[in-house]
Amino acid sequence: MKSIMTATVPPQAEPDALPAEWRDFFALTKPRVMSLVVFTGLCGLLAAPGSIHPVLGFTAVLCIALAAGGAGALNMWWEADIDAQMKRTAGRPLPQGRVGRTDARDFGIALAVGAVLTMGLAVNLLAGAILALSVIYYAVVYTIWLKPRTPQNIVIGGGAGAFPPLIGWVAVTGDITLMPVLLFVIIFMWTPPHFWALALFVKTDYAKAGIPMLPVVAGEAVTRRQIMVYSVLLLAVSLAPWWIGGTGAIYGVAALALSGLFVLLAVPVALRRAGAGDAMKPEKRLFAYSVLYLFALFAALVADRLILGQGALS
Amino acid sequence: MSPEEEDKFKRARRGRNIALALILGGLVVLFYAITIVRIGDG
Repeated sequence: MKSIMTATVPPQAEPDALPAEWRDFFALTKPRVMSLVVFTGLCGLLAAPGSIHPVLGFTAVLCIALAAGGAGALNMWWEADIDAQMKRTAGRPLPQGRVGRTDARDFGIALAVGAVLTMGLAVNLLAGAILALSVIYYAVVYTIWLKPRTPQNIVIGGGAGAFPPLIGWVAVTGDITLMPVLLFVIIFMWTPPHFWALALFVKTDYAKAGIPMLPVVAGEAVTRRQIMVYSVLLLAVSLAPWWIGGTGAIYGVAALALSGLFVLLAVPVALRRAGAGDAMKPEKRLFAYSVLYLFALFAALVADRLILGQGALS
Repeated sequence: MSPEEEDKFKRARRGRNIALALILGGLVVLFYAITIVRIGDG
Protein backbone atom coordinates (compact mmCIF):
# COMPACT_ATOMS: atom_id res chain seq x y z
CA MET A 1 0.00 0.00 0.00
CA LYS A 2 2.82 2.37 0.92
CA SER A 3 4.52 1.93 -2.45
CA ILE A 4 1.27 2.64 -4.30
CA MET A 5 0.80 5.85 -2.32
CA THR A 6 4.33 6.97 -3.02
CA ALA A 7 3.76 6.39 -6.73
CA THR A 8 0.45 8.24 -7.00
CA VAL A 9 0.67 11.19 -4.60
CA PRO A 10 2.48 14.17 -6.08
CA PRO A 11 5.54 15.08 -3.98
CA GLN A 12 4.29 18.62 -3.43
CA ALA A 13 1.08 17.42 -1.79
CA GLU A 14 1.70 15.24 1.26
CA PRO A 15 -1.56 13.61 2.37
CA ASP A 16 -1.00 14.25 6.08
CA ALA A 17 0.27 17.83 5.78
CA LEU A 18 -3.19 19.35 6.19
CA PRO A 19 -6.42 17.84 7.48
CA ALA A 20 -8.78 17.16 4.59
CA GLU A 21 -11.65 19.60 4.23
CA TRP A 22 -15.25 18.36 4.45
CA ARG A 23 -15.57 19.10 0.72
CA ASP A 24 -12.93 16.49 -0.02
CA PHE A 25 -14.87 13.82 1.84
CA PHE A 26 -18.04 14.95 0.08
CA ALA A 27 -16.26 14.58 -3.26
CA LEU A 28 -15.38 10.96 -2.32
CA THR A 29 -19.08 10.12 -2.38
CA LYS A 30 -19.33 10.90 -6.15
CA PRO A 31 -22.18 13.42 -5.70
CA ARG A 32 -23.14 13.46 -9.40
CA VAL A 33 -23.57 9.69 -9.56
CA MET A 34 -25.39 9.89 -6.23
CA SER A 35 -27.97 12.29 -7.65
CA LEU A 36 -29.04 9.66 -10.22
CA VAL A 37 -29.03 6.96 -7.52
CA VAL A 38 -31.17 9.08 -5.18
CA PHE A 39 -33.58 9.95 -7.96
CA THR A 40 -34.12 6.38 -9.19
CA GLY A 41 -34.33 5.10 -5.58
CA LEU A 42 -36.95 7.74 -4.76
CA CYS A 43 -38.88 6.89 -7.93
CA GLY A 44 -38.89 3.18 -7.01
CA LEU A 45 -40.24 4.13 -3.59
CA LEU A 46 -42.92 6.47 -4.98
CA ALA A 47 -44.03 4.06 -7.71
CA ALA A 48 -44.41 1.08 -5.38
CA PRO A 49 -47.89 -0.04 -4.39
CA GLY A 50 -48.77 0.37 -0.72
CA SER A 51 -47.64 3.04 1.67
CA ILE A 52 -44.71 4.06 3.85
CA HIS A 53 -44.52 6.73 6.54
CA PRO A 54 -42.77 9.85 5.14
CA VAL A 55 -40.07 9.67 7.86
CA LEU A 56 -39.28 6.06 6.94
CA GLY A 57 -39.45 6.90 3.22
CA PHE A 58 -36.95 9.72 3.78
CA THR A 59 -34.75 7.37 5.82
CA ALA A 60 -34.82 4.76 3.04
CA VAL A 61 -33.73 7.26 0.38
CA LEU A 62 -31.08 8.70 2.72
CA CYS A 63 -29.71 5.19 3.34
CA ILE A 64 -29.60 4.47 -0.41
CA ALA A 65 -27.69 7.76 -0.91
CA LEU A 66 -25.26 7.13 1.97
CA ALA A 67 -24.57 3.55 0.88
CA ALA A 68 -23.95 4.75 -2.70
CA GLY A 69 -21.62 7.44 -1.31
CA GLY A 70 -19.77 4.83 0.76
CA ALA A 71 -19.44 2.55 -2.27
CA GLY A 72 -18.15 5.54 -4.30
CA ALA A 73 -15.52 6.28 -1.63
CA LEU A 74 -14.42 2.63 -1.62
CA ASN A 75 -14.19 2.75 -5.42
CA MET A 76 -11.96 5.85 -5.22
CA TRP A 77 -9.85 4.22 -2.49
CA TRP A 78 -9.22 1.16 -4.64
CA GLU A 79 -8.69 3.04 -7.91
CA ALA A 80 -6.55 5.96 -6.67
CA ASP A 81 -3.59 5.04 -8.88
CA ILE A 82 -5.83 4.49 -11.95
CA ASP A 83 -7.59 7.83 -11.31
CA ALA A 84 -4.21 9.59 -11.19
CA GLN A 85 -3.53 8.52 -14.79
CA MET A 86 -6.80 9.77 -16.29
CA LYS A 87 -7.54 13.42 -17.07
CA ARG A 88 -11.21 13.05 -16.05
CA THR A 89 -10.35 11.70 -12.57
CA ALA A 90 -6.86 13.10 -11.79
CA GLY A 91 -8.36 16.00 -9.82
CA ARG A 92 -10.09 13.70 -7.30
CA PRO A 93 -9.10 14.05 -3.60
CA LEU A 94 -6.97 10.86 -3.46
CA PRO A 95 -4.74 11.36 -6.51
CA GLN A 96 -4.33 14.99 -5.44
CA GLY A 97 -3.22 13.88 -1.96
CA ARG A 98 -5.93 15.89 -0.20
CA VAL A 99 -7.30 12.78 1.58
CA GLY A 100 -5.24 9.87 2.93
CA ARG A 101 -5.90 6.48 1.38
CA THR A 102 -6.89 4.72 4.61
CA ASP A 103 -9.09 7.69 5.58
CA ALA A 104 -11.03 7.23 2.31
CA ARG A 105 -11.39 3.49 2.91
CA ASP A 106 -12.58 3.94 6.51
CA PHE A 107 -14.97 6.72 5.48
CA GLY A 108 -16.46 4.48 2.78
CA ILE A 109 -16.88 1.51 5.11
CA ALA A 110 -18.43 3.68 7.86
CA LEU A 111 -20.96 5.23 5.44
CA ALA A 112 -21.92 1.91 3.87
CA VAL A 113 -22.21 -0.07 7.13
CA GLY A 114 -24.11 2.76 8.85
CA ALA A 115 -26.55 3.02 5.94
CA VAL A 116 -27.16 -0.74 5.72
CA LEU A 117 -27.75 -1.11 9.48
CA THR A 118 -30.09 1.88 9.56
CA MET A 119 -32.04 0.59 6.54
CA GLY A 120 -32.35 -2.90 8.05
CA LEU A 121 -33.42 -1.68 11.50
CA ALA A 122 -35.58 1.33 10.59
CA VAL A 123 -37.20 0.29 7.28
CA ASN A 124 -37.09 -3.48 6.71
CA LEU A 125 -34.54 -6.28 6.73
CA LEU A 126 -34.93 -7.22 3.04
CA ALA A 127 -34.24 -3.64 1.93
CA GLY A 128 -31.18 -3.59 4.22
CA ALA A 129 -29.95 -6.91 2.81
CA ILE A 130 -30.32 -5.78 -0.83
CA LEU A 131 -28.59 -2.50 0.04
CA ALA A 132 -25.66 -4.47 1.51
CA LEU A 133 -25.59 -6.65 -1.62
CA SER A 134 -25.51 -3.55 -3.86
CA VAL A 135 -22.50 -2.09 -2.01
CA ILE A 136 -20.60 -5.42 -2.18
CA TYR A 137 -21.55 -5.74 -5.86
CA TYR A 138 -20.17 -2.27 -6.70
CA ALA A 139 -17.13 -2.15 -4.40
CA VAL A 140 -15.98 -5.78 -4.72
CA VAL A 141 -17.55 -7.50 -7.76
CA TYR A 142 -17.29 -4.47 -10.08
CA THR A 143 -14.42 -2.30 -8.79
CA ILE A 144 -11.99 -4.91 -7.51
CA TRP A 145 -12.87 -7.98 -9.54
CA LEU A 146 -14.39 -7.26 -12.97
CA LYS A 147 -13.43 -3.74 -14.02
CA PRO A 148 -9.71 -4.47 -14.37
CA ARG A 149 -10.27 -7.95 -15.86
CA THR A 150 -12.97 -8.03 -18.52
CA PRO A 151 -14.22 -5.75 -21.31
CA GLN A 152 -17.71 -6.80 -20.21
CA ASN A 153 -17.04 -4.88 -16.95
CA ILE A 154 -19.68 -2.28 -17.71
CA VAL A 155 -22.39 -4.84 -18.50
CA ILE A 156 -21.98 -6.73 -15.23
CA GLY A 157 -21.03 -3.65 -13.21
CA GLY A 158 -24.16 -1.92 -14.46
CA GLY A 159 -26.03 -4.14 -12.03
CA ALA A 160 -24.66 -2.05 -9.16
CA GLY A 161 -26.35 1.10 -10.43
CA ALA A 162 -29.55 -0.83 -11.08
CA PHE A 163 -30.25 -1.60 -7.42
CA PRO A 164 -31.66 1.78 -6.15
CA PRO A 165 -35.22 1.57 -7.63
CA LEU A 166 -35.44 -2.07 -6.51
CA ILE A 167 -34.39 -1.09 -2.97
CA GLY A 168 -36.78 1.89 -2.93
CA TRP A 169 -39.62 -0.40 -4.01
CA VAL A 170 -38.78 -3.11 -1.46
CA ALA A 171 -38.57 -0.43 1.28
CA VAL A 172 -42.32 0.07 0.73
CA THR A 173 -43.56 -3.44 -0.06
CA GLY A 174 -41.11 -5.63 1.89
CA ASP A 175 -40.99 -8.20 -0.93
CA ILE A 176 -39.61 -8.61 -4.46
CA THR A 177 -42.06 -8.86 -7.36
CA LEU A 178 -41.71 -8.66 -11.16
CA MET A 179 -42.13 -4.86 -11.37
CA PRO A 180 -39.07 -3.85 -9.27
CA VAL A 181 -37.04 -6.53 -11.06
CA LEU A 182 -38.02 -4.91 -14.39
CA LEU A 183 -36.88 -1.51 -13.06
CA PHE A 184 -33.57 -3.19 -12.20
CA VAL A 185 -33.30 -4.66 -15.71
CA ILE A 186 -34.09 -1.27 -17.34
CA ILE A 187 -31.06 0.36 -15.67
CA PHE A 188 -29.01 -2.78 -16.32
CA MET A 189 -29.70 -2.46 -20.08
CA TRP A 190 -29.27 1.33 -20.00
CA THR A 191 -25.79 1.30 -18.48
CA PRO A 192 -23.77 -0.24 -21.38
CA PRO A 193 -24.87 2.21 -24.13
CA HIS A 194 -24.61 5.09 -21.64
CA PHE A 195 -21.09 4.22 -20.55
CA TRP A 196 -19.75 2.98 -23.89
CA ALA A 197 -20.83 6.23 -25.55
CA LEU A 198 -18.62 7.96 -22.94
CA ALA A 199 -15.84 5.38 -23.38
CA LEU A 200 -15.79 6.06 -27.13
CA PHE A 201 -14.78 9.68 -26.62
CA VAL A 202 -12.48 9.17 -23.62
CA LYS A 203 -10.98 5.97 -25.05
CA THR A 204 -7.38 7.14 -24.91
CA ASP A 205 -7.64 7.83 -21.16
CA TYR A 206 -8.90 4.32 -20.37
CA ALA A 207 -6.19 2.80 -22.58
CA LYS A 208 -3.52 4.77 -20.71
CA ALA A 209 -4.83 3.54 -17.34
CA GLY A 210 -4.90 -0.11 -18.55
CA ILE A 211 -8.66 -0.55 -18.03
CA PRO A 212 -10.02 -3.07 -20.59
CA MET A 213 -12.93 -0.96 -21.80
CA LEU A 214 -14.69 -2.49 -24.80
CA PRO A 215 -13.47 0.17 -27.30
CA VAL A 216 -9.88 -0.42 -26.12
CA VAL A 217 -9.97 -4.23 -26.25
CA ALA A 218 -12.52 -5.15 -28.95
CA GLY A 219 -12.31 -2.00 -31.03
CA GLU A 220 -14.69 0.75 -32.01
CA ALA A 221 -16.76 -1.23 -34.51
CA VAL A 222 -17.74 -3.88 -31.94
CA THR A 223 -18.53 -1.21 -29.33
CA ARG A 224 -20.77 0.66 -31.75
CA ARG A 225 -22.64 -2.55 -32.63
CA GLN A 226 -23.05 -3.39 -28.95
CA ILE A 227 -24.44 0.09 -28.23
CA MET A 228 -27.10 -0.56 -30.87
CA VAL A 229 -27.94 -4.02 -29.50
CA TYR A 230 -28.37 -2.75 -25.94
CA SER A 231 -30.40 0.28 -27.11
CA VAL A 232 -32.91 -2.03 -28.83
CA LEU A 233 -33.01 -4.31 -25.77
CA LEU A 234 -33.59 -1.21 -23.63
CA LEU A 235 -36.55 -0.24 -25.83
CA ALA A 236 -38.14 -3.67 -25.29
CA VAL A 237 -37.40 -3.83 -21.55
CA SER A 238 -38.59 -0.27 -20.87
CA LEU A 239 -41.99 -1.15 -22.39
CA ALA A 240 -42.32 -4.36 -20.34
CA PRO A 241 -43.81 -2.68 -17.20
CA TRP A 242 -46.65 -1.42 -19.42
CA TRP A 243 -47.12 -4.76 -21.22
CA ILE A 244 -47.47 -6.69 -17.97
CA GLY A 245 -50.00 -4.13 -16.70
CA GLY A 246 -47.73 -2.80 -13.96
CA THR A 247 -48.16 0.79 -15.19
CA GLY A 248 -50.70 2.85 -17.11
CA ALA A 249 -50.60 4.61 -20.47
CA ILE A 250 -48.69 7.66 -19.18
CA TYR A 251 -45.63 5.54 -18.55
CA GLY A 252 -46.21 3.40 -21.66
CA VAL A 253 -46.36 6.33 -24.09
CA ALA A 254 -43.42 8.09 -22.38
CA ALA A 255 -41.32 4.90 -22.50
CA LEU A 256 -42.11 4.38 -26.17
CA ALA A 257 -41.17 7.98 -27.07
CA LEU A 258 -38.07 8.19 -24.85
CA SER A 259 -36.70 4.75 -25.79
CA GLY A 260 -37.56 5.30 -29.45
CA LEU A 261 -35.47 8.48 -29.44
CA PHE A 262 -32.69 6.57 -27.64
CA VAL A 263 -32.60 4.04 -30.50
CA LEU A 264 -32.72 6.83 -33.11
CA LEU A 265 -29.71 8.53 -31.48
CA ALA A 266 -27.87 5.20 -31.23
CA VAL A 267 -28.24 4.52 -35.00
CA PRO A 268 -25.71 7.18 -36.17
CA VAL A 269 -23.32 6.06 -33.42
CA ALA A 270 -23.63 2.46 -34.63
CA LEU A 271 -23.23 3.21 -38.33
CA ARG A 272 -20.32 5.64 -38.38
CA ARG A 273 -16.53 5.30 -38.07
CA ALA A 274 -14.62 8.06 -36.31
CA GLY A 275 -11.60 9.44 -38.12
CA ALA A 276 -8.58 11.19 -36.63
CA GLY A 277 -9.53 14.41 -34.81
CA ASP A 278 -13.22 13.49 -34.91
CA ALA A 279 -15.40 15.68 -32.65
CA MET A 280 -17.47 12.60 -31.71
CA LYS A 281 -20.69 14.61 -31.74
CA PRO A 282 -23.17 11.69 -32.11
CA GLU A 283 -21.46 9.84 -29.23
CA LYS A 284 -21.53 12.92 -26.99
CA ARG A 285 -25.16 13.54 -27.93
CA LEU A 286 -26.14 9.95 -27.06
CA PHE A 287 -24.28 10.15 -23.74
CA ALA A 288 -25.95 13.46 -22.77
CA TYR A 289 -29.37 12.15 -23.84
CA SER A 290 -28.90 8.89 -21.91
CA VAL A 291 -28.69 10.81 -18.60
CA LEU A 292 -31.80 12.84 -19.45
CA TYR A 293 -33.52 9.62 -20.59
CA LEU A 294 -33.19 7.87 -17.25
CA PHE A 295 -34.47 10.88 -15.32
CA ALA A 296 -37.42 11.31 -17.70
CA LEU A 297 -38.35 7.60 -17.78
CA PHE A 298 -38.45 7.28 -14.00
CA ALA A 299 -40.25 10.61 -13.65
CA ALA A 300 -42.89 9.20 -16.06
CA LEU A 301 -43.17 6.07 -13.90
CA VAL A 302 -43.89 8.18 -10.81
CA ALA A 303 -46.27 10.50 -12.69
CA ASP A 304 -48.15 7.43 -13.91
CA ARG A 305 -48.50 6.09 -10.38
CA LEU A 306 -49.45 9.44 -8.84
CA ILE A 307 -51.97 10.36 -11.53
CA LEU A 308 -53.46 6.98 -12.43
CA GLY A 309 -52.80 4.99 -9.27
CA GLN A 310 -52.07 5.47 -5.61
CA GLY A 311 -48.72 6.97 -4.48
CA ALA A 312 -46.59 5.25 -1.87
CA LEU A 313 -46.34 7.95 0.81
CA SER A 314 -49.12 7.76 3.38
CA MET B 1 4.50 25.39 9.81
CA SER B 2 4.22 29.01 8.62
CA PRO B 3 1.44 31.28 10.00
CA GLU B 4 -0.41 30.96 6.65
CA GLU B 5 -0.24 27.17 6.78
CA GLU B 6 -1.36 27.17 10.38
CA ASP B 7 -4.31 29.38 9.48
CA LYS B 8 -5.24 27.03 6.61
CA PHE B 9 -4.87 24.04 8.95
CA LYS B 10 -7.22 25.59 11.52
CA ARG B 11 -9.79 26.57 8.88
CA ALA B 12 -9.86 23.06 7.41
CA ARG B 13 -10.20 21.49 10.87
CA ARG B 14 -12.92 23.94 11.90
CA GLY B 15 -14.88 23.23 8.70
CA ARG B 16 -14.69 19.48 9.33
CA ASN B 17 -15.75 19.88 12.95
CA ILE B 18 -18.77 21.97 11.99
CA ALA B 19 -19.76 19.46 9.27
CA LEU B 20 -19.43 16.58 11.74
CA ALA B 21 -21.50 18.44 14.36
CA LEU B 22 -24.27 19.07 11.81
CA ILE B 23 -24.25 15.42 10.71
CA LEU B 24 -24.41 14.15 14.30
CA GLY B 25 -27.20 16.61 15.13
CA GLY B 26 -29.11 15.49 12.04
CA LEU B 27 -28.73 11.83 12.99
CA VAL B 28 -30.01 12.51 16.52
CA VAL B 29 -33.15 14.15 15.07
CA LEU B 30 -33.58 11.38 12.47
CA PHE B 31 -33.24 8.50 14.94
CA TYR B 32 -35.62 10.25 17.35
CA ALA B 33 -38.19 10.62 14.53
CA ILE B 34 -37.71 6.98 13.43
CA THR B 35 -38.20 5.79 17.02
CA ILE B 36 -41.44 7.78 17.41
CA VAL B 37 -42.80 6.43 14.10
CA ARG B 38 -41.85 2.82 14.86
CA ILE B 39 -43.32 2.99 18.38
CA GLY B 40 -46.50 4.46 16.85
CA ASP B 41 -46.62 1.51 14.39
CA GLY B 42 -46.30 -1.17 16.99
